[in-house]
Amino acid sequence: MSSKSKPVLSSSIGKKLIMSLTGLFLCTFLVIHLIGNLQLFKSDDGYAFNNYAYFMTHFTPIKVVSYLLYASIIIHAVYAIVLTMNNRKARPIGYKQYDGQSNSKWNSRNMGILGTIILVFLATHLQNFWWKYHNDQVPYVEYRKDLSTGAITTYELQAADFTEYSVITDNGVEVTKARNLYKQVDFAFQNIGLVALYVIAMAALAFHLIHGFGSAFQTIGFNHKKYVPIIRFLGVWIFGIIIPIAFALMPLYFYFIK
Amino acid sequence: MLDSKVPAGPLAEKWSKHKFEMKLVNPANKRKFTIIVVGTGLAGASAAASLAELGYNVKTFCYQDSPRRAHSIAAQGGINAAKDYQNDGDSVFRLFYDTIKGGDYRAREANVYRLAEVSTNIIDQCVAQGVPFAREYGGLLDNRSFGGAQVSRTFYARGQTGQQLLLGAYSALNRQIQKGKVQSYTRHEMLDLVKVDGQARGIITRDMVTGKIEAHEGHAVLLCTGGYGNVFFLSTNAMGCNITAAWRAHKRGAFFANPCYTQIHPTCIPVTGDHQSKLTLMSESLRNDGRVWVPKTTELAAKLRKGELKAADIKEDDRDYFLERKYPSFGNLVPRDVASRNAKEAVDDGRGVGKSGVAVFLDFADAIQRLGEDTVRAKYGNLFDMYYQITDENPYKQPMRIYPAVHYTMGGVWVDYNLMTTVPGLYALGECNFSDHGANRLGASALMQGLSDGYFVIPYTVGDYLAKLGNFNPVDKNHPAFEQTRQEVEQKINALLALKGEKTVDDIHKELGHIMWEYCGMARTAEGLTKAKGLIQELKKEFWSNVKVLGENEELNMSLEKAGRVADFIELGELMVDDALNRRESCGGHFRLESQTEEGEALRIDEEFTYVSAWEYTGDDQPEVLHKEELVFENVKLTQRSYK
Amino acid sequence: MSAHMNLTLKVWRQKNDKSKGQFVTIQANDIADDMSFLEMLDIVNDDLTRKGEDPIYFDHDCREGICGMCSLVINGRPHGPKYGITTCQLHMRSFHDGQTIVIEPWRAAAFPVLKDLAVDRTSFDRIQQAGGYVNVNTGGAQDANNILIPKRIADEAFESATCIGCGACVAACKNASAMLFVSAKISQFALLPQGQTERYERAQAMVDQMDAEGFGNCTNTGACEAECPKGIKLTNIARMNREYLTAKFFREEDIHN
Repeated sequence: MSSKSKPVLSSSIGKKLIMSLTGLFLCTFLVIHLIGNLQLFKSDDGYAFNNYAYFMTHFTPIKVVSYLLYASIIIHAVYAIVLTMNNRKARPIGYKQYDGQSNSKWNSRNMGILGTIILVFLATHLQNFWWKYHNDQVPYVEYRKDLSTGAITTYELQAADFTEYSVITDNGVEVTKARNLYKQVDFAFQNIGLVALYVIAMAALAFHLIHGFGSAFQTIGFNHKKYVPIIRFLGVWIFGIIIPIAFALMPLYFYFIK
Repeated sequence: MLDSKVPAGPLAEKWSKHKFEMKLVNPANKRKFTIIVVGTGLAGASAAASLAELGYNVKTFCYQDSPRRAHSIAAQGGINAAKDYQNDGDSVFRLFYDTIKGGDYRAREANVYRLAEVSTNIIDQCVAQGVPFAREYGGLLDNRSFGGAQVSRTFYARGQTGQQLLLGAYSALNRQIQKGKVQSYTRHEMLDLVKVDGQARGIITRDMVTGKIEAHEGHAVLLCTGGYGNVFFLSTNAMGCNITAAWRAHKRGAFFANPCYTQIHPTCIPVTGDHQSKLTLMSESLRNDGRVWVPKTTELAAKLRKGELKAADIKEDDRDYFLERKYPSFGNLVPRDVASRNAKEAVDDGRGVGKSGVAVFLDFADAIQRLGEDTVRAKYGNLFDMYYQITDENPYKQPMRIYPAVHYTMGGVWVDYNLMTTVPGLYALGECNFSDHGANRLGASALMQGLSDGYFVIPYTVGDYLAKLGNFNPVDKNHPAFEQTRQEVEQKINALLALKGEKTVDDIHKELGHIMWEYCGMARTAEGLTKAKGLIQELKKEFWSNVKVLGENEELNMSLEKAGRVADFIELGELMVDDALNRRESCGGHFRLESQTEEGEALRIDEEFTYVSAWEYTGDDQPEVLHKEELVFENVKLTQRSYK
Repeated sequence: MSAHMNLTLKVWRQKNDKSKGQFVTIQANDIADDMSFLEMLDIVNDDLTRKGEDPIYFDHDCREGICGMCSLVINGRPHGPKYGITTCQLHMRSFHDGQTIVIEPWRAAAFPVLKDLAVDRTSFDRIQQAGGYVNVNTGGAQDANNILIPKRIADEAFESATCIGCGACVAACKNASAMLFVSAKISQFALLPQGQTERYERAQAMVDQMDAEGFGNCTNTGACEAECPKGIKLTNIARMNREYLTAKFFREEDIHN
């Protein structure tokens, strides 16, 4: 045995480690993202949500994390492609008959397809909200909040009346000027096609994570009979069911209820 | 006269004394020697690894696609060692004594003693390699009593001891391959031995994938090619196990010893039909809890066979637990030969069970009642599952059906104390040689012998030979003997490929198997053996005139591979019959109906047959010449084996 | 008692590693249900031979499920439709009269087809040679009972050690990954005290060799575990990953010269 060994990232396990770590990081992001977005369900005309959106895009530590996030998405996708190509090469002639369902779950065998759906969704999602938000393509809003009663009144702002996000308290009234991402969300989700894409993508996400979450722990070597049931539980219930359903409810809520 | 080269002196000191007296090869000179190892089972892999560690260049050959697949891997039960970890009175001498007695006093004392002596080193060595033997809760090695031994000296790894030991030896071999000291040739079959000036100097092999016939030169050749049980067609051996390497060496001058000693194992799954390709052994440990029986009357047996009755319908009074009845002190745990013979008797009596009537029951109902199904499952679960897979019968609910099957061959290439054959420089190790088990092998002794030969005997003895050979004696690759032998091999292959008759090789092999099983199986008579000899000679003629061999040499050619092996089996079969005819006594696995006690037990004739029969090949279709190695017993008293 | 059946086999035939193969349809008639699958092929081969046609080449040896030589993907499943057994332990009672059976070799770049259904698995040997051993010479080993191994550790190591190296894990894996096989050996020695000295080098050396052989990457589908005739567990792969990553991140830099 020689102690000279290939660099970790060029090895199969190293590449898998990258998939695992980026995947897990994206999972934690999902939790944060969901908690924040739950504010969409508040009936405050987007007051809380828009404030949150500003905070998330302007607080430096979070900005740093967000770059990590973009990088993770790209790396996760690129490595997925690299690994898939490797895997294809590892079996140049396929089987005439391959009975996968007898030995494994459908979603575990089709992470690539599920991931692709999610990637397409992500592109649409970012274009609709992230890009528009960052490029001044969303409407503006002014909230006047009576600090003694807590009542909020909303005014649409014209682009000309908006310079930057500001919160001014004047005479017991808090005046907030902000970009109205909430309105953009409401607008976007009137499109049934988009709503359908979101729901499908969340289903894909669900199946992707039911396998992916547990799989990530297996890859980093965490497979312990005491804790694996917990991971499996989290993977199925939190990441496979609650999170995707909660996300899917958002477009449905705007389309059907709002 | 055959010289066994057993060193003088007291039994217990022979090996140490001999080790000292043997010459050593200078460490710097070891790399000038090449040793060829044919076969990579326990004996071959352990020998190759150990010799390479010493510094010799080693070439290994196996017909399988990997050294790890040699049939040692299938050994289930365990490996004996005189460790006396259990404090139950075991000792080297006791293991020696049991083995000599178990072999019915037809083995060489000095060899058996050495085997018992190094048995303890084997366990140490294997544990050091990481062989996962069974452990007790405190972390110590666990032992069990096996095959009716009175002490617990068997080390085991669940029901896969052979597998684990072989993987240990294979790992040691891999280490040397990695270091470049061993060159491993897989899917290669040895087809002849090359002799130069009377010494073994190389082999001729066929690359089974490309068909290339290659000559490999070396200073010594080690045959570790296993036994010849497949002469019976149906046996517990792997499909590929064959005698070809040893037989071709025999034809080049290596005497073949005691070919008639074959072991028929009692607990195998019975034959179901003509399509059957091999027999499956179930560990003898089953007899620890299972009870062997047949119905008392032929009428009841007939009803069972027709399916009119089930085993459970037979009342206790109507059952004959024949081993318990005849051998009250050993009961179901009598040695293999005795258990097998009694099963055959019951079947010959018309009391066999199962559709074919060629089986006896092995019943676990009592054990399940006494210990509970869970305990029985924990002990034998994998065996019960295996039985269920093959027979589609649930052994928890109905008794197993078992019948003896050919399992091991005690006979083999004759070797002296140094494991050298009658050809200088040619050695035989493991089941391939004849040496340590006499006329009957005890359970858990085969693994011990293979590893003893490979790890602890051959590294010394081959060194002695090489040291005397001197390093001024390189092998001349261009010696005409290599080319000549190669051509002879090619001629033989061409002769086989030219056979375009009607029968398949398997047809002939099955016929040979029938003859051997019928006349040279569990019970033999002069009359039957004489008849068998004639039948085999006819079969040989038929083979060389009416068999069909397809394809060409330059490809993976199943029919060619088989044809070459069966041709050799036929010749060996005839020699087995000759040997069985010559040995007019009964001993161990060799039971001559003419020689039995009043109670029907094997009767040895010590004054006439206390010798090893070593046969010399003298030419095609010539009778082989018998040489005798007298067996001298200085340390044990020959007694009639009794398991009453 | 035993029923007989007629079957249609679609068998991969390929002359050698250089030629292209194709499926050939062969009838197997009058097959008894108590035959093993390989005995069925024996009969088919016997018929082919009688007709002067080349018999189907397939690897097999012990025919009792331990040597690991037999292979065959049968109707899309390595070692056929049952779990926990090898092809040689599969019996024809698992099939029915009139059934079509597709028989293919293991498919992987690292297992090139040699002929018909036989593939070259020497890549497995090379992985073992890279580090699947304890560096110990013959002779001079300490008394076996000086090494105490708790029963549960010994049992766990044994479970890993029962791998027969058949390659069904690779055949079953949609990525043709060999991680179950490699991890079984790494696990055996990672668990046992005898394997500690070279524990981390071993993991690295064997993983490197595995990658060099061109096997795919594990995506944790669990197909290997499901199809393994010896029930080797996925926990082995986790352990291998752990060993390898520990080696890479924490152990490799310990040595400064």
